[in-house]
Amino acid sequence: MKNDLNRRRRNARSRFAYLLCVFSAVLALIPLVMIISYVIFQGASALNLDFLTQLPKPVGETGGGMGNAIVGSLILVGIASVIGLPVGILAGAYLAEFRSPRLSWLVRLLADILSGVPSIIVGVFVYALLVLTMKRFSALAGGVALGIMMLPTVARTTEEMLRMVPDSLREASLALGIPRWRTIISIVIKTAGGGILTGIMLAIARISGETAPLLFTALNSRTWPVGLDQPVASLPVQIYTYAISPYADWHQQAWAGSLVLVLMVLVLSVGSKLYFGKKMKMAR
Amino acid sequence: MALPLLSLPDNVKKHGRQGSGKLGDPIFTGLTFAAACTILILMALLVYMLFQDSLPSIREFGLGFLSSEEWDPVKDIYGAKPFIYGTVASSLIALVIAVPLSLGIAIYLSQFAPRWLRAPLGFLVELLAAIPSVVYGLWGIFVLAPFLGKTIEPFFADHLGGIPIFSGPVYGVGLFSAGVVLAIMILPTISAISRESMLNVARDQKEAAQALGATPWETVRIAVLPLARPGIIGAVILGLGRALGETMAVTMLIGNRPEISASIFAPAYSIASVIANEFAEVTAGIHMAALIELALILLVITLVLNLFARLLIQKPGSGGLKGKGRA
Amino acid sequence: MAGFISTNKLSATFGDVRAIQDITLEIPANKITALIGPSGCGKSTFLRCLNRMHELVPGAKSTGEVLWDGKNIYGPDMDAAEVRRGIGMVFQKPNPFPLMTIADNVSAGLRLTGMRKSKSELEEVVERSLKMAALWEEVKNKLHKPGGSLSGGQQQRLCIARALAVEPDIILMDEPCSALDPASTQKIEDTMEQLTKNYTIVIVTHNMQQAARVSEFTGFMLSKETGEPGQLVEYGSTNKIFTMPDRKETENYITGRFG
Repeated sequence: MKNDLNRRRRNARSRFAYLLCVFSAVLALIPLVMIISYVIFQGASALNLDFLTQLPKPVGETGGGMGNAIVGSLILVGIASVIGLPVGILAGAYLAEFRSPRLSWLVRLLADILSGVPSIIVGVFVYALLVLTMKRFSALAGGVALGIMMLPTVARTTEEMLRMVPDSLREASLALGIPRWRTIISIVIKTAGGGILTGIMLAIARISGETAPLLFTALNSRTWPVGLDQPVASLPVQIYTYAISPYADWHQQAWAGSLVLVLMVLVLSVGSKLYFGKKMKMAR
Repeated sequence: MALPLLSLPDNVKKHGRQGSGKLGDPIFTGLTFAAACTILILMALLVYMLFQDSLPSIREFGLGFLSSEEWDPVKDIYGAKPFIYGTVASSLIALVIAVPLSLGIAIYLSQFAPRWLRAPLGFLVELLAAIPSVVYGLWGIFVLAPFLGKTIEPFFADHLGGIPIFSGPVYGVGLFSAGVVLAIMILPTISAISRESMLNVARDQKEAAQALGATPWETVRIAVLPLARPGIIGAVILGLGRALGETMAVTMLIGNRPEISASIFAPAYSIASVIANEFAEVTAGIHMAALIELALILLVITLVLNLFARLLIQKPGSGGLKGKGRA
Repeated sequence: MAGFISTNKLSATFGDVRAIQDITLEIPANKITALIGPSGCGKSTFLRCLNRMHELVPGAKSTGEVLWDGKNIYGPDMDAAEVRRGIGMVFQKPNPFPLMTIADNVSAGLRLTGMRKSKSELEEVVERSLKMAALWEEVKNKLHKPGGSLSGGQQQRLCIARALAVEPDIILMDEPCSALDPASTQKIEDTMEQLTKNYTIVIVTHNMQQAARVSEFTGFMLSKETGEPGQLVEYGSTNKIFTMPDRKETENYITGRFG
């Protein structure tokens, strides 16, 4: 009898714990749904062709858009990629293919540390490095800041993907007399290509939403991008500027900008994961 | 078979020497090595420059910087205490909210959820991590903060206002709102890593508990959680690190007032926020050095946490060097 | 005539562990030479020293001479990649490049070593190599399919074709049939016979019947105790080794008393 009661109590406790866990999952999804629906509904109302193509209007005037910010973001991501991708992929290749234990361990450790550095500190760093030396805010500085942020991610993902390529392929290639460098590029990297591409797309998705590192590198601008050595507008910074402003019209535009930004980031993130899923199935 | 020993094998003569092979390897090795060293150089440079550029402030204020509450750009006197407080307090609030929820999700996804639900649900939680910080801030300003200011916070203030941490006027923006939004932002990190740790617990541990007649929850409590604990702690530490360094959403919600008050509903200021707000408008004096010293403090804290977390989180399959010692 | 290999006191180590010791033998051209012995005696290690694959393992070293057509392959002016092009290898587990087409697999060695060949030249080499590997008839209509889509035995013949395409003198085979079914094994053994017209073949096998079937010369290797490096116990014509071996250890192994 007593065992029965005990058993029932334990089962009830188990059930309760189970419900708590389910409840947490539901609770976590609420903000997700709320944020996305707010972004969609608030943003869609202000999203129109003007918004995508026009420059911001001066304070007090309604209308205008974030055309320059969208273009600016693309430019910044482009500069970041030009810097971050080759260095990241080559560093990843070094970690995966050349096994000098002490250096590899150190590089891996520092790459992980670098990816944990708060983004605002990266901004401060690039400010000291480039803005002070060039004596101006510039798109280049912003691109470099974003590039530094994407570097560790790309390197580690590349390393992981290259490690997944079986050694038998390297052996087969070397046994044919194919030199080591060619083996790594044309056999190993090529075989891991899909996975590396996914890592790249995720890294780009991450940096395209970053604001803090741009605040004092690329700064902001109300005109179309003029040059690599000039400040440039970007979507996240523009959203921020408008969000904290006192103008309702600008708040609307901030939502619209968020919609564009979230769409960009989600398409890249989700798209890359689906693409990777397909590639993984092919390689099997 | 006597062949002149000085000649190359016919085969090599036939195909000729591939010049690129001789040069290609050293060049490629050099390039990859340089790329790997770039990471080293960047980190070293970052730490060095932060330290170098904060020296004026370090020399001026010394250790008192950490305990001084005065932040006055006009008088050129700076103290870090309010910002350290704001940073730590908002992150702790975030942890208090996020850790139970994250663990609940991690347990659900790794132990209880039906197989078909695991991938989609996990994916949705990951989606929270993909939303840019500034969008969180925007939503926070216009949706979350007003909501909290009108419902939850007054509830606490009215009923529990006697307790110091719930006392004081309620603005909507403040430490608490920043903490809530941080909680949402670090939830995917903590839950994903905790979930990994739980999945890594060997199945026979669970089976042993089940064979003893443990209920599902008891199985989790006895067999899974203890073994997953290092990973979970690591996950929490990583989440904390993220929260400490988070800039935009916090800047937009914390109230940006460099004051320390007992109440969690009061406005405050975090290190990342003050840097974000004041850096571009620094004029003269040691303002910038002080801001950079704040950045250095933040960097050191997040670095230490990061290293600590790495020690605790064991990734399966890493650490084995391929190709070593082939028999 | 080209394609003969001889070794002179060849020893090899993995770090501190000595794998083989003082192996001296001569492998004649255009014949099949088999290496037999119990597992762990170092036959594969020896084979990999013949095309400088052994040194790719971190910490691995070798001493002694390996003479290819009289020239030491470890000499200062010998490039390892060139050695491997002239001395090809087929591995135990078929390893075609999974994301390349069958045709590209065969021509990979030519394309990626900077040899200038036109498209038609490559096609010709692909056809010729696949024919020599006895795979042409089965794949001639699906050359664009990925290399990984073939069966195990076909993949191994694809690897043979790939090795043949770079026109080596010598082909090393490391237990090429141990992962295959009997029918595929038979096909490959038939192919080996045909190949000796133009190539020298050295095959490591733990299957004595296979060694007796296909080879004209056989070497028997043994490591006296576990932990001891493998050594060449006896080497001679296959006939002699299998019917009237000189050494007692050889006789014990052949008759199945151990190993």
